[in-house]
Amino acid sequence: MSTANLTKPKVRQREPAPATRASPVAARSAPFRRALLTWARRGGISRLLFLLPMLVVFAAFSWYPIVRLVLMSFQHTNLVQAPTWVGLQNFSEVLHDPLFPIAVRNTAEFAGLALIFGYPVPLVVAVLISEVRKRRRLYSALAYLPVVIPPVVAVLLWKFFYDAGPTGVFNTMLHWVGIGPQPWIQSEQAAMPSLVLESTWANAGGTVIIYLAALLGVNSELYEAASADGAGLWKKIWHVTLPQMRTILLVTMILQIIGTAQVFLEPYLFTSGGPDNATMTVLLLIYNYAFGNSLGGSYGEAAALSLMLVAFLAVFSLIYLRATRSWSRS
Amino acid sequence: MTFKTRASTSTRMGGALIAGASLVAVAAGSISTAAAGVPVVKISVASLIPGSTAAATAAFNSQVKQFENANPGIEVTSVQYQWLGSTFAAKLAAGTLPTVFTVPFTDGRSLGENGQLADLTVYAKALPYFNKFNPAVIAEGIDAKGQVIAIPTASYAQALTYNRHLFSEAGLNPDDPPTTWAQLEADAKQISDKTGMAGYAEMGANDNTAGWILTTLDYALGGRMESGIGASAKATFDNPEAVQALDMLKKMRWTDDSMGSDFDWGWSDINQAFAAGQVGMFISGSDVYTNMVQSYNINPSIYGLAPIPLVNAPTAGVLGGGTLAAVSVKSTPAQVAAAVKWIDFYYMQPLVNEQQAVRNAKTLAANKQPIGTPEVPIFNQAQQNLSNSWIKPYINVPLNQMAPFTTAIFKDKIIPEPEAATQAVYGDLDSVVEAVLTNPNANPSALLAAANPVGQKSIESGS
Repeated sequence: MSTANLTKPKVRQREPAPATRASPVAARSAPFRRALLTWARRGGISRLLFLLPMLVVFAAFSWYPIVRLVLMSFQHTNLVQAPTWVGLQNFSEVLHDPLFPIAVRNTAEFAGLALIFGYPVPLVVAVLISEVRKRRRLYSALAYLPVVIPPVVAVLLWKFFYDAGPTGVFNTMLHWVGIGPQPWIQSEQAAMPSLVLESTWANAGGTVIIYLAALLGVNSELYEAASADGAGLWKKIWHVTLPQMRTILLVTMILQIIGTAQVFLEPYLFTSGGPDNATMTVLLLIYNYAFGNSLGGSYGEAAALSLMLVAFLAVFSLIYLRATRSWSRS
Repeated sequence: MTFKTRASTSTRMGGALIAGASLVAVAAGSISTAAAGVPVVKISVASLIPGSTAAATAAFNSQVKQFENANPGIEVTSVQYQWLGSTFAAKLAAGTLPTVFTVPFTDGRSLGENGQLADLTVYAKALPYFNKFNPAVIAEGIDAKGQVIAIPTASYAQALTYNRHLFSEAGLNPDDPPTTWAQLEADAKQISDKTGMAGYAEMGANDNTAGWILTTLDYALGGRMESGIGASAKATFDNPEAVQALDMLKKMRWTDDSMGSDFDWGWSDINQAFAAGQVGMFISGSDVYTNMVQSYNINPSIYGLAPIPLVNAPTAGVLGGGTLAAVSVKSTPAQVAAAVKWIDFYYMQPLVNEQQAVRNAKTLAANKQPIGTPEVPIFNQAQQNLSNSWIKPYINVPLNQMAPFTTAIFKDKIIPEPEAATQAVYGDLDSVVEAVLTNPNANPSALLAAANPVGQKSIESGS
């Protein structure tokens, strides 16, 4: 708005302005200034100062990379030369990559196997530990121990276990019961279940501790009442323990699904996605786009697939939370 | 093409050093000043691969000291380094590579043309021996604009490494390694049957090595994985020789059961397994003995080196490649100048300067490191013979056990690696080899036919 408009007679006639009246912008900023002063007087500055380190850390290590990722998904760049905008080409390249459906299928297989076999294990272990009278802490510590082992060390350890030769640890054990050596991670069929087995061993401990904590919160009077009604162990678990833990079970399930959808460490370190792409997962494909080629250069495709994964998991989580809302409240 | 006398070389080197020093003096960048007032340029250099022995590290550190004494204005930090197709791009993008690092012939030009390597032209062309390089070899370090973006430091030909002890144990003559593929298959089966070890092992990891070795077999049988050059090249994975190579592997793996029980070997793994006496034969570069000593303390008496069997076809040949020394694009001009001095000192002088060759050999010998491992000349055969004559008293590798290779390799045709998108093409072939080695029902023809369009896409995208 130009200052000429302020001097129009019509305006003056309606509401004569004092000679010292500020511009509308200044007029609008006055309440803002008052609010700012009020905010400062009420300790806003000190709150901001307290928040500042967190804001800086999040901005540098979370928000900036996210923004950069979104931008990069529409660019072609080798991170050395200036990037060029390519529109949706990166997304198109990913969707037309023959490895994309393989990676999606493998990731779904890993998540499915982990859900079927890996998800109940911590619950069973937690219930068993909670039923033990003596040395409960020792068993809890033993269950948690694999989580303490650095993941790379754990994988190297399990590589010995999975050695396909007759002297491999698992194959030696199989030999004791008259079964011949198995190829484990060197077979297209056995590789993915082998990765799920190691992953369950490595990650179950954390969930066991969460379940043990949740079990402590179950009112013991419910068990006493169930016993009075003649319920055995299984009926108590089914009718008391599980319903009492349903909220935590729902949370751990969605966390597990999100975690397994992003499985990377095991296929990367055990098999590099092989044999014949049998363990190529979405995250490993993202890594390969970005770094698998020694010349690099597919960072845009890596960013595009990352965004697609984020979008999928966000939508899936919303649907999951909506679908299970009534159950978690009941 | 021959080299001039030592005096002449030294004179030229002196000129190069003066030229280099002048360039350092005018270059801007991260130059600090030492206590004595000498400007100090700091560079980091790729040293040995992770896991190298203490003796190998000590030998390298001695060479760093010698360099720093000769160049008081340069401070060198050594960084353990191994080029791996699966990690190189990450390090490059993250800027964590040392100032001087190595890349295979396959990647030099592409990296240079992508602006990912420093331009060495001024400094490299000042080297007195620059015009003496084998033209085909130095071409690997020159990009399309004619800029020198890397300097060749070593060249190899693929070879058959075999375990002489396992040959003897299996009743085979260790001085008579296989010269045909049929004989190799039979020997592998005999070793496997008699010793329980893998008669023939093959790199099968999903890290480009499986594709590299399949391409080697394809060349030896007369095939090619590509035709043409650049982005207009055509993938020809489904050539009959590649099918034949995979059929051969399939027979050894599933019918003869002569390949042991591990099929995901990478470059280091297979060297380690061989040094541990678990592998009868395998194919890799002719220079792997150095790594087996530096990292795995191989018993030299088990080592044997032979040429790869070639079929009697005009197109059959031995796949050859090499290593380039390159400089980080993030380096200042002063660092680039210092880096080229290091490349000259560490990689090149032992090949062109008697004094430095002897000093280098003495340092290595004092630390019991291998001297005299067979390599393919990066200059010419005469220069190779000359530099070998300088260090003859110090050669400590079992040359007589490598004689089958060294006496035959110069008669064989050495064929460069596929020109277009080499590493990506190898990567596309990895899964084909993996399928054959892990699935008894794998169909080599169908696998190659399916991989061909993937390889074509890699070529067209220039990756």
